[in-house]
Amino acid sequence: MFFAIVMVLIVVGSAAFHFLSPWWFTPLASNWGYIDDTTVLTFAITGVVFSAVVLFVAYCLWRFRHREGQKAHYEPENKRLEGWLTALTAVGVIAMLTPGLFVWATFVDVPDEASSVEVIGQQWLWSYRLPGADGTLGAADNRLVGFDNTLGISPEDPAGQDDLVIEGGELLLPIDRPVRFLLRSVDVLHDFYVPEFRAKMDMIPGSVTYFWVTPTKTGTYEILCAELCGTGHSYMRGTVTVVTQEEYDEWLAGQMTFADLST
Amino acid sequence: MVDIPHEASESAPPAEIEEMELPHAHGWWSTYVFSQDAKVIAVQYAATALAIGAVALVLSWLIRMQLGFPGVFTFIDAERYYQFITMHGMIMVVYLLTALFLGGFGNYLIPLMVGARDMVFPYANMLSYWIYLLAVIVLVASFFVPGGPTGAGWTLYPPQAILSNTPGQQGGIVLMLVSLILFIAGFTMGGLNYTVTVLQARTRGMTLMRMPLTVWGIFVATIMALLAFPALFVAAVMMLFDKLLGTSFFMPTLVEFGEQMSYGGGSPILFQHLFWFFGHPEVYIVALPAFGIVSDLISTHARRNIFGYRMMVWAIVIIGALSFIVWAHHMYVSGMNPYFGFFFATTTLIIAVPTAIKVYNWVLTLWRGDIHFTPPMLFALAFIVTFVNGGLSGLFLGNVVVDVPLSDTMFVVAHFHMVMGVAPILVIFGAIYHWYPKVTGRMLDDTMAKFHFWVTFLGAYLIFFPMHYIGLMGAPRRYFESSDIMFMPESAIGLNAFISIMAFIVGFAQIVFVFNLLWSWKHGKDAGSNPWRATSLEWQTPQTPPGHGNWGKELPVVYRWAYDYSVPGAAEDFIPQNQPATVTHEAPA
Amino acid sequence: MSAILVFLAVLALAAGWWLARQGLMVKPWLHADAAGAIAHAPRQPAAQIGLGVFLAVVGSLFALLISAYVLRAEMGDWQAVALPAIVWPNTLCLLIASLALEWARVGITQDDLARARTSVLVASAAALAFLAGQLFAWRLLAAGGYFVNSNPAVSFFYLMTAAHGLHVIGGMFALARTFERIWNGDKTQRIRLSVELAATYWLFMLFVWVILLLVLSGWAGEFLSICGQILSGSGIG
Ligand code: HEM
Ligand SMILES: [Cu+2]
Ligand SMILES: [Cu+2]
Repeated sequence: MFFAIVMVLIVVGSAAFHFLSPWWFTPLASNWGYIDDTTVLTFAITGVVFSAVVLFVAYCLWRFRHREGQKAHYEPENKRLEGWLTALTAVGVIAMLTPGLFVWATFVDVPDEASSVEVIGQQWLWSYRLPGADGTLGAADNRLVGFDNTLGISPEDPAGQDDLVIEGGELLLPIDRPVRFLLRSVDVLHDFYVPEFRAKMDMIPGSVTYFWVTPTKTGTYEILCAELCGTGHSYMRGTVTVVTQEEYDEWLAGQMTFADLST
Repeated sequence: MVDIPHEASESAPPAEIEEMELPHAHGWWSTYVFSQDAKVIAVQYAATALAIGAVALVLSWLIRMQLGFPGVFTFIDAERYYQFITMHGMIMVVYLLTALFLGGFGNYLIPLMVGARDMVFPYANMLSYWIYLLAVIVLVASFFVPGGPTGAGWTLYPPQAILSNTPGQQGGIVLMLVSLILFIAGFTMGGLNYTVTVLQARTRGMTLMRMPLTVWGIFVATIMALLAFPALFVAAVMMLFDKLLGTSFFMPTLVEFGEQMSYGGGSPILFQHLFWFFGHPEVYIVALPAFGIVSDLISTHARRNIFGYRMMVWAIVIIGALSFIVWAHHMYVSGMNPYFGFFFATTTLIIAVPTAIKVYNWVLTLWRGDIHFTPPMLFALAFIVTFVNGGLSGLFLGNVVVDVPLSDTMFVVAHFHMVMGVAPILVIFGAIYHWYPKVTGRMLDDTMAKFHFWVTFLGAYLIFFPMHYIGLMGAPRRYFESSDIMFMPESAIGLNAFISIMAFIVGFAQIVFVFNLLWSWKHGKDAGSNPWRATSLEWQTPQTPPGHGNWGKELPVVYRWAYDYSVPGAAEDFIPQNQPATVTHEAPA
Repeated sequence: MSAILVFLAVLALAAGWWLARQGLMVKPWLHADAAGAIAHAPRQPAAQIGLGVFLAVVGSLFALLISAYVLRAEMGDWQAVALPAIVWPNTLCLLIASLALEWARVGITQDDLARARTSVLVASAAALAFLAGQLFAWRLLAAGGYFVNSNPAVSFFYLMTAAHGLHVIGGMFALARTFERIWNGDKTQRIRLSVELAATYWLFMLFVWVILLLVLSGWAGEFLSICGQILSGSGIG
């Protein structure tokens, strides 16, 4: 009896917490509203299932609690019922998975017009490289990393000479323009995560990983490292600021190229 | 297909299982210490697992002290914090849950439930425990070596795990890997026993489909563990090579503080594949025994046959098989080929279906039952709540795009604690309350049990339910310091403090449980041989606690499945499995 | 991870085939009966089933090592290294050990203890020769400047042959025990079991060794790519 009431309270309390508490996604600042939508859809379906199951248990506990002379009903199985429940579950799962896969298909498919920004992680600092006037990033390799070339950019590759290098500073992005983040690491695994963009990806020494977003709201957002990278992991922060195109161009003009830096 | 004929006859011939020679104990040492009796080994396993689990519990307090009250406890620095979470996670998953379910419950229950005298290879079984103990000692030793235990996270991802900015890279990581290798070797010896005992030593009449679901759960989990642990073994050995011999299996070219390391060409992702090829099945290695046990607890204490027994068995087998092809859902944002996401999201969500069926069948067993609110039943019911909650949040993380913002956040931490921390632990408690009378001949104290239950259940829910929302906001996991994240509202600090306080309360409630275990050993109410009026064989032993060899002169003969509760027309509301079919009943088809 | 998945798929098929014959579709609640009808007399000794399960575990270990090898070899900087030639005579030793034990297996079914004894001795000698040969192979590699950390292909060679070698050493203990049983004139049934277990184990070691050689020498890779070409050529792939 008591337990049945507790179960009802758990459902009511959890729902109340969900709807009334101030804790929720940070305000969205990218095109990945789809991810939020899929999440909300998942919350809705799973919330209904959770409440239904727990409330049903509560009902059973109350209705079929042991009393003098009561005997349980003998029924080994009910194929029909189990079949229906299976089918219903399958429908729920498909309802969540299908939109999820469609959104994933757009997530992995970078639009052609996206501009590239290279993000380099090292313990415990973010650096960036933007393609220069030629629009392409020069080659880079961890083997070239040294005190005078902390990002391992190839001095031989002409395409790399005009690349803009931002070490440990702030990154700016123009609003409403898709960006492809190319992620590299100099030492261990890191993960480039901007909660307001809803996207993240690990960075692996020795390979280049990627994801893309279109920032949709100006403002300054914190970059967090989301993959354990040693003692300084939780201090590995940076900021990315989304600005208008004019402000962006102005900022871009003030950055140093690789060639500037190496002379 | 083997079909079983209907005709009932009064007398069955005695069992024709080959009698095994039991290595009988001579003296105190071989009875209680170097015992080859599975029941003693079970208690040894359980006691060791609970002891090391207590260490992990204390570590969780230390973690929560830092997260709830950042900056207050200055002896916890980042380095220690990472050591705490690593050891906490590894101990809980491997050294507590796996060891307790398989080594503890497996050893105690399999021979008794299938009507065997003992495990088939008692010597290897004994060895299994001692190697496990050695593994635990090596693990604990890592707290005392220079540099302390490893702080690489329980996933031990290279390259970070063996580099110098990770705590414990001097000796801690080596001891951790060695300990895991020992654990796996020890487990394999035990696992061979559990598997072959189920295959070979079932008593006469104990067909597979008459086995209690507990045995099914442990059996399938053991097979999974036998096949999945080698992946961890291989990964650990390769990482030891990288660390000690300078190979580069997992180590790419990298630079540490401006200095080129001599490594090159290795693949960190390869480690992740190996780790999760073990790691995901591991989740079910812990979950399947819990599924099995909880089915039996619910059925016994609701006095009703488990609903849909066949579906339950099939689901266990299917879940066991499928869980080998979902591992990369832990790697959606690891930088592996993103197109794998489609496949692994689909397989992952497919597993939800057989899992859901299990939940429905537990719930439908309650429906029209005769529910007794005994301590084991309370824990079983609490399991349903937490497991459903944790299973549903798994649908977020399995659905690849939803996982993108959530992975590596506190949402994940909340999810896996609910589903493979709290839920299985609740089953373990329920199971201990249920079988303690068989192990000791005495009941655990009811009042203490209820206190323990309510604090643990409600406390754990209050710890982990709100934690999802901290992760939803974007707080990453394994963060020594998250209160200073720009977007974190002031109120989140209060929430973290609340969670921490609940964690201390839940932790302290366990003292009551331990006290109950010790106190009732001598002072508990006398239990008799079958206090829950249960049908399965372990309750039908001639002695309680059962003696060495379990069954006296003759093995029991099994006439029916394990769930003949409240059979219409029967005198009692349960019919033991070894009771001949004098009452015939026509069950609805 | 293809190697381990293939391996597990084979196991799953075997398990499925076995389960299908265990009456998983019966409704157990309908059959309260005299258990006598359900003869459950295991035909094989537990030790044999135990060995089978153990070999599945060992198989999964090696399948995982091979999976790791394949994943690593697919990366751009992979440089294959020629196997030291001595592995071929070594293979012969392992083959002799295995054949000798098969011979013992046949002998023991005819209660020919003398033959079993000789065969076990021959097998032990061949196994020792194999191990010595393997050590020599390592020496050869090291002399050629290939240490365990020189090159990924070499690292894998050391790792995989070490793993196999340790299992072979384990098998030596089994041989010693079998020999002891024969020598002490233990019960024939026990000797028979012992010989059969040893023979199975060593056959498996030979099998694993051959697969390892195929993988390490690159032949397996070539073979698969040829298969792939044939399949894609015929439009199936
Ligand atoms: C009262 C009980 C427990 C509390 C309060 C607790 C608390 C925590 C917290 C706060 C973390 C995450 C810290 C972080 O990411 O910064 C953590 C990590 C973890 N916990 Fe627990 N935990 C408890 C019980 C368990 C149990 C029963 C399990 C068994 C599955 C478990 C397994 C883990 C694992 C695997 C990790 C991840 C470690 C890592 O990130 O490397 N915990 N625990
Ligand atoms: Cu980090
Ligand atoms: Cu998983």
